[in-house]
Amino acid sequence: MYPKQECIAMLLAGGQGSRLYALTKKIAKPAVPFGGKYRIIDFPLSNCVNSGIDTVGVLTQYQPLVLNDYLGNGQPWDLDTMYGGVHALPPYQGTHGADWYKGTANAIYQNIPFIERYNPDYVVILSGDHIYKMDYSEMLAYHKAHKAACTIAAYQVPMEEASRFGILNCNEDGTIYEFDEKPKVPKSNNASMGIYIFSWDKLRKYLEMDEANPDSSNDFGKDVLPAMLNAGEKMVAWKFEGYWKDVGTIDSLWEANMDLLDPKDPLDLSDPSWRIYTRNPVMPPHFVGRNADCQNSLVTEGCVVNGKLEFAILFEGVQVETGAQVTDSIIMPGAKVMEGAVVQYAIVAEDAVIGPGAVVGERPENVENKDDWGISVIGSGVKIGANAVVKAKAMVEEDVPEVTKQ
Amino acid sequence: MRGNNVVGIIFSNMHDDALKDVTNIRTFGSVPFGGRYRTIDFPLSNMVNSGVNKVGVITKSNYQSLMDHLGSGKAWDLSRKREGLFILPPFGNGNSMYGNRIEALDGISNFLNNCKEKYVILCDCDMVCNLDFKKVLDAHLDTNADITVVYKNGMMPADLSEPVELELNGQDKVTDIVASVSKGEKCSWSMGIYVMKKTYLQQKIGEAVSRNRSNFIRDILQHSVLEDKIYGYKFDGYVGALTSMQSYFGVNMDLMKIEVLRDLFNPMRPIYTKVRDEMPTRYGLGSVVTNSIIADGCVIEGEVENCVLFRGVHVGKGAKISNCIIMQDTVIGDNTVLNYLVSDKDVVFNDGKVMLGVESYPVYVCKGSVV
Repeated sequence: MYPKQECIAMLLAGGQGSRLYALTKKIAKPAVPFGGKYRIIDFPLSNCVNSGIDTVGVLTQYQPLVLNDYLGNGQPWDLDTMYGGVHALPPYQGTHGADWYKGTANAIYQNIPFIERYNPDYVVILSGDHIYKMDYSEMLAYHKAHKAACTIAAYQVPMEEASRFGILNCNEDGTIYEFDEKPKVPKSNNASMGIYIFSWDKLRKYLEMDEANPDSSNDFGKDVLPAMLNAGEKMVAWKFEGYWKDVGTIDSLWEANMDLLDPKDPLDLSDPSWRIYTRNPVMPPHFVGRNADCQNSLVTEGCVVNGKLEFAILFEGVQVETGAQVTDSIIMPGAKVMEGAVVQYAIVAEDAVIGPGAVVGERPENVENKDDWGISVIGSGVKIGANAVVKAKAMVEEDVPEVTKQ
Repeated sequence: MRGNNVVGIIFSNMHDDALKDVTNIRTFGSVPFGGRYRTIDFPLSNMVNSGVNKVGVITKSNYQSLMDHLGSGKAWDLSRKREGLFILPPFGNGNSMYGNRIEALDGISNFLNNCKEKYVILCDCDMVCNLDFKKVLDAHLDTNADITVVYKNGMMPADLSEPVELELNGQDKVTDIVASVSKGEKCSWSMGIYVMKKTYLQQKIGEAVSRNRSNFIRDILQHSVLEDKIYGYKFDGYVGALTSMQSYFGVNMDLMKIEVLRDLFNPMRPIYTKVRDEMPTRYGLGSVVTNSIIADGCVIEGEVENCVLFRGVHVGKGAKISNCIIMQDTVIGDNTVLNYLVSDKDVVFNDGKVMLGVESYPVYVCKGSVV
């Protein structure tokens, strides 16, 4: 028998994140490094702890090794508690056979026994691909005050972008009367953030109904939420104000990282009252050499910088050698940029090596056809040979051989 | 590998006088060092990396900051069911405050009696190094020594509080022990790190206490050199001896030599410390930073040269900081100029202040001062 928990969180972390291509070849999306020393999952996990939620189920499926390893016993987030804490929940085999998680709703359905252990009144459903700081306890208070069956966090997006989102059309009192998935002509700009609070008895009922429906795709957004609305359950939108970014694509991941370099940083990671916790590397402070020049960049422990940084984000243990230049780029843990190499508008994944004199990525103004421009990505462990050139938008997953200088 | 039958004993208050300024409010072991460490992190990590999973830390006074730093020992993997970290405050009847190393060891006799481990390592916090105790223990077993003393061959650091010169034969057997001051020439000097059998240590401490002998070097080492087998273990890595404020300054500055940095922070034997969950350091537009060691959580908008910046230091626009050690959470205002200065934690330098020390005598600014 476990002590009752009023509210627990379930974090959907099983998606492949296929739009991050090379970056999620070997790791699940929530485990992708972000912001110089974090991984994406640090944000929802830290939000949980800071909001007073200390029981979190993390639903894993795709490439879980790194993610499971990273979560460990939850100690970095203070989630190594006696009863709750962080639990990795992979699909499992039962007496009625085994199933992969068929959809987001099915993933929660399969873990009803986990949730029931804590006998919660409320369950928060989170996804592992957003960067934001949110106090879920405020959202829960709103949920309680409105005696809702389901509360959905809503973000005000610019009207012209609203057609890319799932839009929540609300009455004046905040109750939702319609879901509009990627509407051509949006009626409002309340985009669903994919963050839900359910009263557990209601959620359980609709998950079971959803599972019994053979035509359902077992997805929250497509199936469960519309079913609840059609059945007349009270659903409300809770407006979130603050920084929020979906980092499901290469471009948005790059942008969200670059947002941290904005002097008016909309996402203050240094706020001691709302820390983002992470598994800290065991490395010495970084060293900046005599020939280094660091401009508007983030640098963390274990780095050795002898080259030039401009709008660069370096993760732990990155080396930038003399004469190398890193501009508008993200260099993930353990990667090395060798002498005279240039990295611009690129994401270099873990342990990649950019050989001497190599050029990775292109500045947008130097590309003739704007459609050919994009962020270049070097996959983890990939070696770019000396003097090789990697074009804009390239997705490099295999070693590139050295080029002999003419 | 864990559980190699060794218990580590760290003296956290020895040599406090060597760094009077910074140990006024803390133990020697909790003196901030190298941007994110405390000096005790080195002996503690060295022990853990060598498989030692039981460490007793002897404290004497002002050890609140040390306890805050060590916590349960989690950061060193020493928060364990089986063995782990033991903080050993002064203990005993009446005036229990020890005055010397022998009394300190006598004061932990209960702890030592209860240890099941066969060997002990004795170590202080004044030698900043990355030392593999496994090798020291192997050498100790190979030579079948009673005591193995870790030594360094080279110039003896100035101002050592327990300067000891070893005379060794070709097999590293110690033939004579000379308590002497630095003569400015190369010698084999003791790093004050010893390995011996626990029972041997207990016996020697018992003998010394019962005869009212109080000097570890004179009454145990020198006393035993003829009848017992004392061997040396030569350490070849980098050693930064913290013997005075000048050397504290110099050893911090040594970290800017890349070979020292790589030697001390060998990724195969990492140095652990308490984590603070700071964000990465942010360099502003127009910042000029060269030849510096910088921890996480800093915000740098001015000029920094030849400095060690600890976690959470802010350097304002137009500020010029050179040859400084700036400890945690210090705020340096715009256009402030600092040179040759050691600033303790939480200091605030208001805008436009100028404070200059000299290389041989860095200015020290107390914790929490407002300049």
